[in-house]
Parts: sequence; structure tokens; C-alpha cells
Amino acid sequence: MSAVETAKPRRQRRKLRARGLAVLVALACAVITVLAISGGEYDISPWRVVQILFGGGEGLESTIVWDWRMPRALAALLFGAALALSGLVFQSLTRNPLGSPDIIGLSTGAYSGALIAITIFGGGFAATTAGALAGGLLTALIVYLLAWRNGTHGFRLILVGIGISSVLASFNQYMVLRADLDTAMSAAVWGAGTLNGVSWSGVLPVGAVVLVIAAMLLYCARPLQLLQMGDDLAASLGLNTERAKLLLIVLAVALTSAVTALIGPVAFVALVSPQLARRILGSSGMNLVPTALFGAFLLSFGDLLAQRLFAPVQLPVGVVTVCLGGIYLIYLLNRGTRKAGA
Amino acid sequence: MNTSEITDRPQRAGSAGAHIARLAFFAALLAGLAVLSLAIGSRQMSVHSIMLALWDPQESIEKALVLESRLPRALLAILAGAALGIAGLLSQSMTRNPLAEPGILGVNAGASLAIVIAVGFLGIQEYNHYIFFAFAGALLTAALVYLIGRPQRGAMDPSRLVLSGVAMGAIFSGLGTALSLVRPEAFDQLRAWTVGDLQGRNSGIVVPLLVCTVIGILIAASSARSLDALALGEDSARGLGIDIRRTRVLVLVAITLLAAAATSAVGAIGFLGLMAPHAARRVAGASTGWIMAYTALIAPSILLLADVLGRVLLPSELPAGVVCAAIGAPLLVAIARGRKPVAL
Repeated sequence: MSAVETAKPRRQRRKLRARGLAVLVALACAVITVLAISGGEYDISPWRVVQILFGGGEGLESTIVWDWRMPRALAALLFGAALALSGLVFQSLTRNPLGSPDIIGLSTGAYSGALIAITIFGGGFAATTAGALAGGLLTALIVYLLAWRNGTHGFRLILVGIGISSVLASFNQYMVLRADLDTAMSAAVWGAGTLNGVSWSGVLPVGAVVLVIAAMLLYCARPLQLLQMGDDLAASLGLNTERAKLLLIVLAVALTSAVTALIGPVAFVALVSPQLARRILGSSGMNLVPTALFGAFLLSFGDLLAQRLFAPVQLPVGVVTVCLGGIYLIYLLNRGTRKAGA
Repeated sequence: MNTSEITDRPQRAGSAGAHIARLAFFAALLAGLAVLSLAIGSRQMSVHSIMLALWDPQESIEKALVLESRLPRALLAILAGAALGIAGLLSQSMTRNPLAEPGILGVNAGASLAIVIAVGFLGIQEYNHYIFFAFAGALLTAALVYLIGRPQRGAMDPSRLVLSGVAMGAIFSGLGTALSLVRPEAFDQLRAWTVGDLQGRNSGIVVPLLVCTVIGILIAASSARSLDALALGEDSARGLGIDIRRTRVLVLVAITLLAAAATSAVGAIGFLGLMAPHAARRVAGASTGWIMAYTALIAPSILLLADVLGRVLLPSELPAGVVCAAIGAPLLVAIARGRKPVAL
């Protein structure tokens, strides 16, 4: 049997397997969401939650499900997907499995902005969000400009990013040190990344931004795939590489900034999701949809743990995702297949 | 990132004499900063009066101030700076990754988790007591990182160690953050330690730090040649008769000792370890031995300068870690812009 004859059925099998897995992950997300909505100070049975979601609720229960818990559950799904997509874009552009929006100082800058809003302006929700957004975007811009010298170069971008991040990180620690303990602790919760207190007023605008950008990314799937093969090859196939790169960076940065502004810098979802999708599906393609699904799964599962592990103390979800990410890396090591690039 | 070429500068045609002259300059700079750090503070003293106070057999306020407060503080800055710088250089050489820093083996996360446990759950409140927990936590973490990333089938692959360090660092920092949010008093101590500072340290920690730093630097110096050979690639190193495994284990021990001692003594100033070797490479060329010598002088100079500036910039003292980042970042950005791009 020659390779050509077996290739086609194998590819179809792989496609089927990928679809099946995607459906499984989506189902897992649904189950987690129902569980997350059912638990809390006031228990509602999972079956009852499903009934209410399909329009069978009234009164207090309906209020709890729709107004109190749904925004948080939906935020976990949507924002997890957004972080994962952003990570996929960065990993494809840097061709480095450890490439993530954090390396250019985005999260640190967002934290600085939020801290200024919290400690100086006594930040309410809106002020914190605005401060984080401004801080993140400003940092990304400064790093980009400082690293620009006849084009952007991956390594220079990272080195400059680390330099700027470390100054900001130092500034952040100093602000936390100078603030009184309560302010400092609430800032630290935000700094770890948390979905506590997310409501419709936050989820709707950020969710809309996320959906629009995700749609644009789907539209950009082909240039991204070309760029993954290397700049020269992509250019020879007729792609304007610098323009495509800039557009993709802007989209990825916008995704991360919008999410970070609302819930803080959640670690590892952007890093791990694209890897999981690629590893489990075993394909080298652009996996946009599976990556988004894995991201949604990771953040909603992490938030479920964060709410229940030390209840009534609510952990920031970022603390859980960091641990999950670490465990995943150790699993990789024991598989012993992957070489870390950085 | 396969940046086996950490620097693409041609090897400086530096005769040993030229190097020694330059090293003498940096040593003089360090000595000058050390004298400055004795003179400057809330009570200004001239260099002349310091000398007089030290030679005077009579007890005086000046003498007590210099001997019991400023001298230990200057020594602490010099030792911790040198230790962090060399640890950073070794991390970069061993992983062949110019972005590695001493925290790569998870020692910072391990030390802070130990502090949270000591303060939050064992009721230890005094910095000079939980410092030993921090040291033990850092050592244990490095050992764990080595166990998880240890060689498979003989060869010790540095990238496995990096991955293992990042993983353990992530898990421990997650646990540390979670526990510190449950225990506010631990959070309070941790935020002070994380910034990195030389204030309020007990002079009793100078001697243990000195011992660890000297041992670490001796191991590092003895491995310089092997690291040079390793930079050419493993096969070439084997051809030159280098025992790769032994070199890596020794270097790992040195990094752990240096980073754990310095970090527990002055807090998490990891950035110094990332940046100082880059600055040293600009003047030293490509030989690991010379880079090591320059790093051992440049890194403590930066930390001393940061400490002195922190005392005078604002009416209230700025922690040395904050000033260190402010001095170091422009330097790193300049270095990044000045080099030709290295392939990612």
C-alpha cells in the first residue's frame, strides 16, 4: 500500500476525530457552566438551572441565575476563548511556543494603569477598567516604538518588552507597598486576575468587542497560516507580510487588553490553550475554533475551582489557571517530547 | 528561541592587559560607590570624617553608625549584587538563552511561598527570622525543579530544566498568592520582601551570604572554560574532552546557591541578574571567564548605586529594587537597540 492511497482516509479520520473532540470540549464547557451557575450561597440544583435557562424560571431563582451568576459564567467562556485566540496569534507570529502577549509588557502595563486608578483615584469599576486599558495599550505602544528600528524584530521586541515590564513591575510592587493593606490586597486580587463582581454592564461591551475581533481573526486565518511558514515564503506567495503582521498584532493586543481591563491579567490561558489544541488534535493547521474552545474550557473550569476550593473565600481565577498551567508543563516534561524554545 | 549566539559581536581583540586595565577601572568605580554609600544617608558625613571615626579608638556616634549600619549594608549590596549577577550569567550560559535570569529555577517563587507559610501559618513576624525559611524554600524548590527536569537517558537538556523551573515557579507563585490572600499578615510581609530592599537587614546575615557567594563564585570560575566549550555546541565540547554532565550539575549548584542566598537576603531583584551580564558582554567580548569578572564588578555597582540613590531621591527611602529596575531598564533597551537582531 503506498502512502498516497492511505493519506485520504487518514485525513478524513483525523478531521472526524477533531470534530468529535471539539464537540466534547464544547459539552464540557456547557456542563461546567451549569455547575457554576447552580452553586454558591444559594444552591439551585443543576437540573433546575437547565430548566430556568430554557425559560422555565420566575422570581428569585430566575434573578439569581440570569442577573447574578450568568454574567460571570458567560464571561469565563467568552474571555477564555479571547485569551486563547490572542495567544495563538502571538505564538504563530513569534513561532515560539512560549510567545504570549505578556512578554511585551501588556499585562504589567495594564496592572500599572489599574493600580494608579485604584490607589490614586480610589478606583471604582469603570475607573479601574479604563486605567487598565490605557496602561496596557500605552505600554504596548511604547515597547513597539522603542523596539522599532528598520522593522520590528521578534527578539528585540522581547528584550525591550522585558526591560519595560520590569520597570513597571517594580513600580507596581512599590505602589502595592505604599498603599494601605486593604487597598493593596484588593489590588493584588485584580492583579492575579479575577471574575469576582463581573456583571452584565461589564460583560456586554467587552463581550461585543471580543466577538467582533474574533470574527475578524477568522477572516485573517489564511494570512496567519502563511506567516507561520516564515516571512519569506509568505511574501513569495503574495502576502504583504509587514502589514499582515501589524494587523494581527493590533487584533491580538486589542483582544487581550479588552479582557485584561475587565478581569485583570489572567495567566497561562493564552499560553496553554493553543498548545492543547494542537497537541490533542495533532494537526499543524490554524485550529482557531478548537483553540477558542479550549480557552473557554480552561477559564470556566478554573473559575469553578476558584469559587469552590476555599469557599466561602473566593480565590482569584488567575491563581488557579497559573497552577493548572504549571501542572500542564510538568505533564509535557514527562511526555518528554517538546523542546521549550525560550 | 535558538539563540545559541548570545552575542554577535566579534570577539574583542582584548589582550589580557587591556582587560585588566578595564577591570581595574570597574573595581575603582565599585570602591568609589562603596565609600559613597558609607558617607550618604540621613546623616551626611564627609569621607574624611568617616576615616577619622574609623581610626579613632574612641567610641563615637559616627563610628557606631558606619560600623553597625552602613558598612554591613554596603557589604550586603556588594555580595548580593555579585551573587545575582553571576547567577544570571550562569543561567544564561547554561540554558544558552540570553533572556534567562536567576529566577528561572523557580527560586523566587519558592522563597516567597516559604515566607507566606512562615508568616501566615507559623506566626513568625521578624524579617531576620523568616529569611532562613526563604533560603530553605529557595533551595528546596531548585532541588524539586532539578528532580522534575532531570536528564532522561543520560543527556541533561537545559530546556527541560527551564520548562520545569517555569512550571514549579508558576505553581508555587499561584499557591503563594492564594495563601497570602487568605492571610493578610503574610501578604503584608511578602509585599515588602518582593520589592527588594537593603533596609533593616540584620548584620548577622552578611556572613552566611558571604560564604554562599564565595563558594558559588568559585564553582562558577572553575566552570568558565567548560561553559566556553559548551557554547560551541555539545559535540564540540565533548571533542574537547569536557564532561558536560558534570559541568551542568556544578553550574546548577552554583546558580541555586547564589540565587537562593541573594534572593532571601535582599528580596526578589531578579532583573539585575538578567541585565548585568548583558552589560558585561558589551565590554568583555565572548569569553565566559572575562564576562564573569566584569559581571562580578558591574552588578554590585548597579545595586550599590541603586541603594544610594534610593536614600537621597525622595524624602522617604525608595527600595533598592525599584531604583535598580529604573537604572537597568534603559540600559537593557539600549543594548537591545544596539545589537543586530538575533534570529528567534
